[in-house]
Amino acid sequence: MTKYIRRAIGLCAVLLVALLVNAARVQVVQAPSYDRNPANRRLAIARYGQPRGDIVVDGRTVTGSRDTGEQLRYERTYRDGPLYAPVTGFASQLYGATLLEGTEDGVLSGADPMLDPFPLLNGLTRARNPGGRVVTTLNAAAQRAAYEGLGPRRGAVAAIEPSTGRILALVSTPSYDPALLSGTGPAVSEAWARLNGQADKPMLNRAIRQTYPPGSTFKVLTSAAALDSGVVDDVDAPTTSPNPYRLPGTTSRLTNEIEGCENASLRYAFTWSCNTVFAKLGVDVGLDDMTRTAANFGFNDRKLRIPFSVAPSNFDLRLDKAQLALSSIGQFDTRATPLQMAMISAAVAGDGSVRTPYLVERTTARGGRTLATTGPRTLHQAMTASTARRMRELMTDVVEKGTGTVAAIPGAIVGGKTGTAQHGIGNSGTPYAWFISWARAEDSMEPAVAVAVVVEDAAADRGDVTGGGFAGPIARAVMEAVLGS
Amino acid sequence: MILPGMSGTAVAAEPAPPAELLPRRRGIELTLIVVAVLLCVYGYCAVGLARNGTVPPGAAGYGAGLGVLALLAHVAVRLRAPYADPLLLPIAVLLNGLGLVLIYRLDLETPADQAAPIQLIWSTLGVAFFIGVVLFLRDHRVLQRYTYVSVVGALALLVLPIFFPAVNGARIWIRIAGFSIQPGEFAKVLLAVFFAGYLAANRNALAYSGRQIWRFRRLQLPTGRVLGPIVAIWLLSVVVLVLERDLGTSLLFFGLFVILLYVATGRTGWTAIGLLLACAGAVAVGRLEPHVHSRVQDWLDPFASITAGQGPNQLTQSLFAFAAGGMLGTGLGLGHSILIGFAAKSDFILATAGEELGLIGLSAIFLLYGLLVERGYRAGLALRDPFGRLLAIGLASIVALQVFVIAGGVTGLIPLTGMAMPFLAQGGSSVVTNWIIVALLIRISDSARGQYDGTPAP
Repeated sequence: MTKYIRRAIGLCAVLLVALLVNAARVQVVQAPSYDRNPANRRLAIARYGQPRGDIVVDGRTVTGSRDTGEQLRYERTYRDGPLYAPVTGFASQLYGATLLEGTEDGVLSGADPMLDPFPLLNGLTRARNPGGRVVTTLNAAAQRAAYEGLGPRRGAVAAIEPSTGRILALVSTPSYDPALLSGTGPAVSEAWARLNGQADKPMLNRAIRQTYPPGSTFKVLTSAAALDSGVVDDVDAPTTSPNPYRLPGTTSRLTNEIEGCENASLRYAFTWSCNTVFAKLGVDVGLDDMTRTAANFGFNDRKLRIPFSVAPSNFDLRLDKAQLALSSIGQFDTRATPLQMAMISAAVAGDGSVRTPYLVERTTARGGRTLATTGPRTLHQAMTASTARRMRELMTDVVEKGTGTVAAIPGAIVGGKTGTAQHGIGNSGTPYAWFISWARAEDSMEPAVAVAVVVEDAAADRGDVTGGGFAGPIARAVMEAVLGS
Repeated sequence: MILPGMSGTAVAAEPAPPAELLPRRRGIELTLIVVAVLLCVYGYCAVGLARNGTVPPGAAGYGAGLGVLALLAHVAVRLRAPYADPLLLPIAVLLNGLGLVLIYRLDLETPADQAAPIQLIWSTLGVAFFIGVVLFLRDHRVLQRYTYVSVVGALALLVLPIFFPAVNGARIWIRIAGFSIQPGEFAKVLLAVFFAGYLAANRNALAYSGRQIWRFRRLQLPTGRVLGPIVAIWLLSVVVLVLERDLGTSLLFFGLFVILLYVATGRTGWTAIGLLLACAGAVAVGRLEPHVHSRVQDWLDPFASITAGQGPNQLTQSLFAFAAGGMLGTGLGLGHSILIGFAAKSDFILATAGEELGLIGLSAIFLLYGLLVERGYRAGLALRDPFGRLLAIGLASIVALQVFVIAGGVTGLIPLTGMAMPFLAQGGSSVVTNWIIVALLIRISDSARGQYDGTPAP
């Protein structure tokens, strides 16, 4: 019997070894893949087990964390949530994170390996670092001026520092409070359903994710293309521009809403926004040069990140002449985000180059150690420096004596361009009112700010003057805020 | 064990007083018990320190309670089983204490369901049974007289829950005065006594008689008269269990039956037939019984429910818990094994150990069980009477199989069947039964080393 007992002991030993080997398989070999499984709630528990890092505007945090004492312990809170929602996005325990909360999640949640003070040690202990900080380029006064300027109307504002590409303001209205989405309860899913169901789409970031027909503000680009390509040498020389202008190959006639556009000089046509002159200029410049200039300003760029993605602005690459004529005055299929139009204005205000816009100045660990900084980078040279200088003259004229006088600021040199964009079937929709501008303090060498404003429901039925009348004051308020700070 | 001066005689002609020849080793046992109790108190404090930064208020009471229980058991052993194996009791104390710590730790996640105090009451009852067995069962061979009483008792206990309502799909509980009792747990011990007694009496008939089936005497079936009753009783117990839908226990009985049959008769062919029968039964039950079928499916693909969009099931949650522990574990009180939900404190208690103590702690627990089983088998080896041997093997095998079935189940080694981790898991009947098992092993090991003097059973 002894022999058989020993064999039974052997069997038990085999079972014991099987248990040990299998435990090692689960706990060591398979563990990394189990730990990463999206259905493993420990990911969320660890993620929300510590306060989330904060987003900083002008030295003040605009976010916070609240200890709920629940399983997912810390919930995101926001100071001035609707004001900064187009920048912060939301950080929801149910619906993930968007915008800066999304792209900077690694730093904010503490998961980013850059946060490790001692990388090797942390790899062993699997400890989680406290969340880092994201310092934005925003100017709090400009952001507030833009938000209050838009008020209850639908629209968006983008403001850039021309010399660097730092984004100073990014506003979209109507906005929403991202704190509504932070937690997990039924109130959160109700808020989510309500916000998504609303007709005016409060969660849509109109400054970067919505494209509009840019209308007459696009004439800045058409002028730059005409000057750069040599189609126009002297801004004061008369052009050969019939009024009305028959679109090539069609019987459609393009007219103006103001007088004196026939054979007008570029300066007059720009100051008073003659459609006929710019439609013909676009055709004269030709499709190749127009598309190249548009691309250099940033159109059709699917890769722009600020650091979250920006919807590409569109300038069609295949157009017949009639379509090119309409596209050159910012109609037909031409569409641009407010940020894109601010980039155009910034290129004019600077030396003709387009800087890559960016929102994150730097990221730091909680103790203040800098993890990464963003600096100015040139995206393209959109026009020559001399063209930029002549464009500044034209835009300054608009503010001094043209359609954009509403944007003038004492003590500063301001250039601008108004726009009213038709849209909808048969142009039946309420036109969008546009204003793009830049400003430089008289005692400064550098332009301080370039801004683009679009108001969707401005009811601007009477051309550029009324369009400028709606959007211009908002642009002026933003520029004043930047100049004053 | 051949003693010096006995010249290797199988049965000593005259009773030699072994007390003077053999060390009793009770001091070692006491030291180990103190270490075990201190370890458990340390674990209890670690939970509180990790959760609240303070030593939990009940730490002293818990330590004192466990210590007093362990000391009482130790005193009983000292009085009536002085030659017993000194490892058995400390291992039982450590596992029981660790189980209480883990249940207390999980209670923190479920304020409405405090299981640790009840488990402490059951543990006390278990130790009382332990002391009772050690004090009043002077010779294990007495039990052989109750072979048939045992089987009747076992069957009665197995049948009893059929008259009570099913709980969570299994008809294995009876409720008396607010306490849930699982009579099948006690039936394990009685069946082990029956198998041991019956096989000890009939093993020669079983091994050496019967019809030859294969030409070269490889396989020989005993006469139906010998084998009939044992197969009938085994079949009956399995049928009862399938009716009660407690397949873990029926698997345990089957394994116990096969092991004891093999040890008693040395017939490899029977073991093979037993295993074949087990496989056939497993396949049949896996196909026919939806409850078991889904367990097998979960085992084959633990992530199917996630892929299907239904979220992780219990087994997946258990695997996640083990994986989260990694090599060193999260530390007591810092894991999230409560995500397993239902049965986290009972069937899945090992997942908490795996997550919070890591592979190192889990391996230590497995090795403790391994040691406990090994000491049981050793006691069996050292004995000379077949009944005692078979009983020791049977009792140790109950622990071994139970650990393998439930630990293998929750770690994804084999399909999951509900069963209590001996000493560790929440469950009063199980704790009491395991204390009785350890008491019997203590008694047997004491006989093996000390008092076995060749006198016939009283």
